[in-house]
Amino acid sequence: MIKQKKARLLQGNNACAMAAIDAGVRFFAGYPITPSTEIAEYMAENLPRVGGKFIQMEDEIAGMAAILGASLTGVKAITATSGPGFSLKQENIGFATMAEIPCVIVNVQRMGPSTGGPTSPAQGDVMQARWGTHGDHPVITLSPASVLETYELTVKAINFAEKFRMPVILLLDEVVGHMREKVIIPDVSELEIIERKRPVVPPDEYKPYLDDGTGIPAMADFGTGYRWHVTGLNHDENGAPAGKAEVVQSQLTRLFNKLRPYYDEISLFKTYKTEDAQYLLISFGGTARSAAEALQTLRKQGIKAGFLQLQTIWPFPEGTVANLCKNKKAVFVAEMNDGQIIGEVKKNIENKESLFGINKINGELITPQEIVQRVKEVVGVC
Amino acid sequence: MLKDVEQYIRMNRLPHIWCPGCGNGIVMKAILEAILDSRLDPLKTVFVSGIGCSSRATGYLNFDTLHTTHGRALAFATGIKLAKPELNVFVVTGDGDGTAIGGNHLIHAARRNIDLNVILFNNNIYGMTGGQYSPLTPQGKSATTAPYGNIERPFDICELTKSAGATYVGRGTVYHTKQLTELVKGAIQNKGFSFVEAVTVCPVSYGRRNKLGSAPQMITALKDNAVNVKAAQKLEADQLAGKFLIGELYKETAPEYTQSYDALIARFRKEGDAHEQ
Repeated sequence: MIKQKKARLLQGNNACAMAAIDAGVRFFAGYPITPSTEIAEYMAENLPRVGGKFIQMEDEIAGMAAILGASLTGVKAITATSGPGFSLKQENIGFATMAEIPCVIVNVQRMGPSTGGPTSPAQGDVMQARWGTHGDHPVITLSPASVLETYELTVKAINFAEKFRMPVILLLDEVVGHMREKVIIPDVSELEIIERKRPVVPPDEYKPYLDDGTGIPAMADFGTGYRWHVTGLNHDENGAPAGKAEVVQSQLTRLFNKLRPYYDEISLFKTYKTEDAQYLLISFGGTARSAAEALQTLRKQGIKAGFLQLQTIWPFPEGTVANLCKNKKAVFVAEMNDGQIIGEVKKNIENKESLFGINKINGELITPQEIVQRVKEVVGVC
Repeated sequence: MLKDVEQYIRMNRLPHIWCPGCGNGIVMKAILEAILDSRLDPLKTVFVSGIGCSSRATGYLNFDTLHTTHGRALAFATGIKLAKPELNVFVVTGDGDGTAIGGNHLIHAARRNIDLNVILFNNNIYGMTGGQYSPLTPQGKSATTAPYGNIERPFDICELTKSAGATYVGRGTVYHTKQLTELVKGAIQNKGFSFVEAVTVCPVSYGRRNKLGSAPQMITALKDNAVNVKAAQKLEADQLAGKFLIGELYKETAPEYTQSYDALIARFRKEGDAHEQ
């Protein structure tokens, strides 16, 4: 692997794979699926060169299962997929959430439902990332808008997974995954790399699900003498299956709320010209590029627009959105789906009549012109 | 003897959930005796299971234990073994878990010849959910989802894993406990994918519905119907009708998956060293 601090032409999927290895990932298991396959190919080529392991499993479910097995031995592990595969992975994403096993799932979104459009971009998996697996659960989902952001947010996703002991979903879309851009990749020595918290107590005192006050219990590597039990069943602080209501309530309350103290740290976003904005654009992922361009055009035409780019989709940055939406004449949410993020915005905006969706579900990008046109239509009547 | 294997049991997690007369405890003890005899380091031994009665064994075993989702034990175990090949990895599964929902993982793990020791508890039924037919329920037998008799044909799961690439295949029963222990020891010794079908009994969800008698009667039936693979060679086909073979059914040598992968990594290390010189 070449790691130099110089400009290069890089594809989003390759940036993701490169970042994963730079952040310490040494295990990949997955299944080929368009438009994410380049990530697996890069891993197959480069992991053995750094002493890591790549395996192409028999199906998407097995790919998800294998990274959890690897992660339990203390290795940072990642998988990559797209819509149909993301559906299949939900079972073991739930297991990772319940058993609190760090891992990263990259979903390079394509059109759905079902086989949909394998090579066409979409952002229709926002809600599946949040609620795809059954039961209440915490979730972290990040979504980059450029090749460089893909690199940066992949590192973040791996760090969050390790720090918060949970699966983290990285939502790319076909545009960002296949986009090639000139980027300057940071030197590995400049990266902040987080390792999971491991137990400091001797094995006979170790409780794998005991809250030490941080909400995130320490995790022992398999094969280091701690001999603990991992299950997807309701369990007590020892990991033993539990049925007593008060034990279940206590563990699940900790699980559901474990991210709350860390929302500010997890919530990543960018704002452009929001200080004096009368109109606000909200977008994320590949569509954010069109929104940023539309913003320039609108400003040139004298329309005081601002732009909020969400990098963290889940937990939804409610406070940030609520603050930025306040006193705006209108708020526009651009997304390549039939309206998923807009529902979350709606929960956090006072004047719901001034909220407008800009959506496209035909496999084509939302263009800057389309955003500009929609804003101007509304501005005309405001 | 139980005293010797108690070190491998989480005594504070007992009593177990298995029904009176269930054969699973006998299989579990045979596995633990094989571990004891093979002198495996318990700190470097991992047990992985799926969902079902057999899969609850992991909760009682004093190793690093992983009770996964239904059918997925082998896929999780593959991740563990590939990430850390120095670990001894066991998979306990059942006939529903391992051959229906997990059937694809079973044939592919066998195909890779990854060094896993798989013990499949075959009780011919989905016991935990109350007695539905599995891919190993014999034709004609009754189950809650085969109320008029099972019209599906069962797998010979040992033949299947052998064909898929397993390098050690054996079948034992909860009557022939010494042999079962020997088979698990054989699985441990084999550096590759090892598969042991442990024929057990479910008197509550299978035997009662099929009028197979008490647990001791069901276990005695195993004695009556099992034929050692060596003895079977001297028998005519009509003498083997309605019987099943037990013993070491298949053994071969083939490259083991994690060793092949480590050889690949070593190749790059060598290239790196050569480059530095």
